[in-house]
Amino acid sequence: MSKYPETLCAVIVSALIAGPAVAGPFGLGRVAEPDEIAAWNLDVSPDGTGLPDGSGSVADGEQIFSDNCASCHGEFAEGLGNWPKLAGGDGTLANVDPVKTVGSYWPYLSTTWDYVNRSMPFGNAQSLSADDVYAITAYILYSNFLVDDDFVLSRENFTEVEMPNVGGFIPDDRPESEYAHWRVEPCMTDCKGVVEITMKATVLDVTPQESTDTAEPAESSAATAQAEAVPVEQAAEPAPVAEPVLAAFDPDLAAAGEKVFRKCRACHEVGADAKNKVGPQLHAIVGRTVGSVDGFKYSKAMASDGGTWSEEYLAAFLANPKKAMKGTKMSFAGLKKDSDIAAVTEYLKSVVE
Amino acid sequence: MTSDTKLKATSRRAFLKASLAAGGTLAGAGMARAGDPLITEVQPWAQGFGDPVDATPYGLPIRFESDAVRRNVPWLTADPISSINFTPIHALDGTITPQGCAFERHHSGAIELAKPDYRLMINGMVDKPLVFSYEDLERFPRENHVYFLECAANTGMEWAGAQLNGAQFTHGMIHNMEYTGVSLRTLLEEAGYDTSAKWIYVEGADASSNGRSIPMEKALDDVIVAFKANGEALRKEHGYPVRLVVPGWEGNLWIKWLRRIEVTDQPVESREETSKYTDVLADGTARKFTWVMDAKSVVTSPSPQAPITHGPGPLVITGMAWSGHGRITRVDVSKDGGKTWETARLAREGENKALTRFYLDTEWDGSEMLLQSRAIDETGYVQPTKAQLREVRGLNSVYHNNCIQTWWVKPTGEAENVEVS
Repeated sequence: MSKYPETLCAVIVSALIAGPAVAGPFGLGRVAEPDEIAAWNLDVSPDGTGLPDGSGSVADGEQIFSDNCASCHGEFAEGLGNWPKLAGGDGTLANVDPVKTVGSYWPYLSTTWDYVNRSMPFGNAQSLSADDVYAITAYILYSNFLVDDDFVLSRENFTEVEMPNVGGFIPDDRPESEYAHWRVEPCMTDCKGVVEITMKATVLDVTPQESTDTAEPAESSAATAQAEAVPVEQAAEPAPVAEPVLAAFDPDLAAAGEKVFRKCRACHEVGADAKNKVGPQLHAIVGRTVGSVDGFKYSKAMASDGGTWSEEYLAAFLANPKKAMKGTKMSFAGLKKDSDIAAVTEYLKSVVE
Repeated sequence: MTSDTKLKATSRRAFLKASLAAGGTLAGAGMARAGDPLITEVQPWAQGFGDPVDATPYGLPIRFESDAVRRNVPWLTADPISSINFTPIHALDGTITPQGCAFERHHSGAIELAKPDYRLMINGMVDKPLVFSYEDLERFPRENHVYFLECAANTGMEWAGAQLNGAQFTHGMIHNMEYTGVSLRTLLEEAGYDTSAKWIYVEGADASSNGRSIPMEKALDDVIVAFKANGEALRKEHGYPVRLVVPGWEGNLWIKWLRRIEVTDQPVESREETSKYTDVLADGTARKFTWVMDAKSVVTSPSPQAPITHGPGPLVITGMAWSGHGRITRVDVSKDGGKTWETARLAREGENKALTRFYLDTEWDGSEMLLQSRAIDETGYVQPTKAQLREVRGLNSVYHNNCIQTWWVKPTGEAENVEVS
């Protein structure tokens, strides 16, 4: 009801000052159905608005976290490699290198619940039940020593949990602390005495080297080389290994597969020097024994499988990992298109040298 | 000839080395010598054919320009799905950023969302929650505006000291495009927003569900729901088919693959406005809702990736300036690390919340320079030094580093990212 005068005002104002008159409302769009709003209107606010019914315990959360989150965030939410640390950092915010975790920094618990619910696990978002999300949130609180091991988080007690850093934020104060001082006529001559170089970027030497230069072989750092392990040329050359699968090798399909494989690279490396990352290295995986890479901590299901990665098994796994192997740690939801699965398989067949 | 040309064109670094080693004499004029064979001899391109029309139905830059591409810094992020790369600002001029080299930032990869599959929902405190198709959006009155988009983390790696050696890496989380779209106000009015509502929450369709709260005052002011950039459809990596444009404010608010606008009475306090995009001060407290990008500028040439290769004589120093508070009114350039300043020439009068190109047409005597630029916007705000910023904020803010940048240009013409006293 409040809208009509407002709209009218806008129409009059824009007719006076702007060019074309806006004649609204336009009667465009259609009414959003309740089930549509329910499907998308998932955000949760600090006062608990948006939370669904449900609950989850620290104990359940520990297992769910281990299965779905620990491959990046660590078993204790401590964060692996460059992946976010979710626990620790208490009292470090004023240090030289503050450790900003859920416990040390995030002001509201609703943010954790909301983010886990809508955006995690990475690569398989919106696959967790409300109870799972309550349990994971409870476990993250426990990892930060904010609740005891018998704690159960639910919609009912959610807003009773106060985060340690809730009072640690101030609204943007630049107008007072900065603009007021920096809106002055600047100095033009004799602005300072001696000018000396106090730091040089080349001393640190962290700038990436040129890698776009196709005329020369790539000579990037080891880390870069790992991430970009397989040039297309290599994929296009059939590998001279006496594997029957190579008889029907299709270089174009493999090249297409290399593109699809970019989705996998976040967690998997291929190539002769491939290392285990979040997932095991996939060098020469076709024909390899399932769960056989040294130094990788497989799920029980994968470690005890004992089978061989045939093209058929790989295709079934890529289509729906959790269905093909109940209990796998791989959080990726699967490739929806058969053509993508075929392409990735062909690509993986090509990276055997 | 092909291999020769290719080598020269693609090996920019080798070329620069060669011309630097020759001390610029390659370009020296006035020497008595035989006529230039490029002039005296008939060249293949002056004799035979070039490509027919349709050789490339959608054209890409000629292969000699392979330097003008996005690059990333692999160690910055855990993996390239949730990562950022950088616009090659050292190789660009003018103000408009071509979409193909405009930086990308994804939280869950660049998704492919077709127009027929596109839906935009407006819900919350409205008379009538609505769903728009892409076609619906094209039936509302359209606007065109040029705006810069800068990531709040641009220059963020430089807080603690000079770190990355190249304008692309220190200042390349920025682009500037002409957007076509519908004003957000029009859509909010269509749904009949509650005038007592203080906020909107905007959200993308990708798996990261990236979402931000925006005050209603800004939403009704100049925010656009855009579907074209620089005249053509948005690129996948910039949110095709529809993204939000939030002029002058940090890039994270410019939701890509925009799918929902919720009218609310409070901010959601989402991950991206609490754990990220908040600025930790020296005492450990953090600023939040620091949306506006303050005035900033950088010299793009000469710079570490764009050294002087021609020796002493006429030199064009150029760069870009911008402000989230409005128009750039003046840019000053210093060659001595900030002791003395001269006012540069603006290529065009500054435009509201858009990039401004500046030039200092000068004579280089071949001695070293400590090149700096400082922007001044229509509010009278003067771009601060790093020391001024650190005095107020300490070293841990990460975001909103709009300090004056210094390039040390050596007598060889090479340049390096440095910090000066």
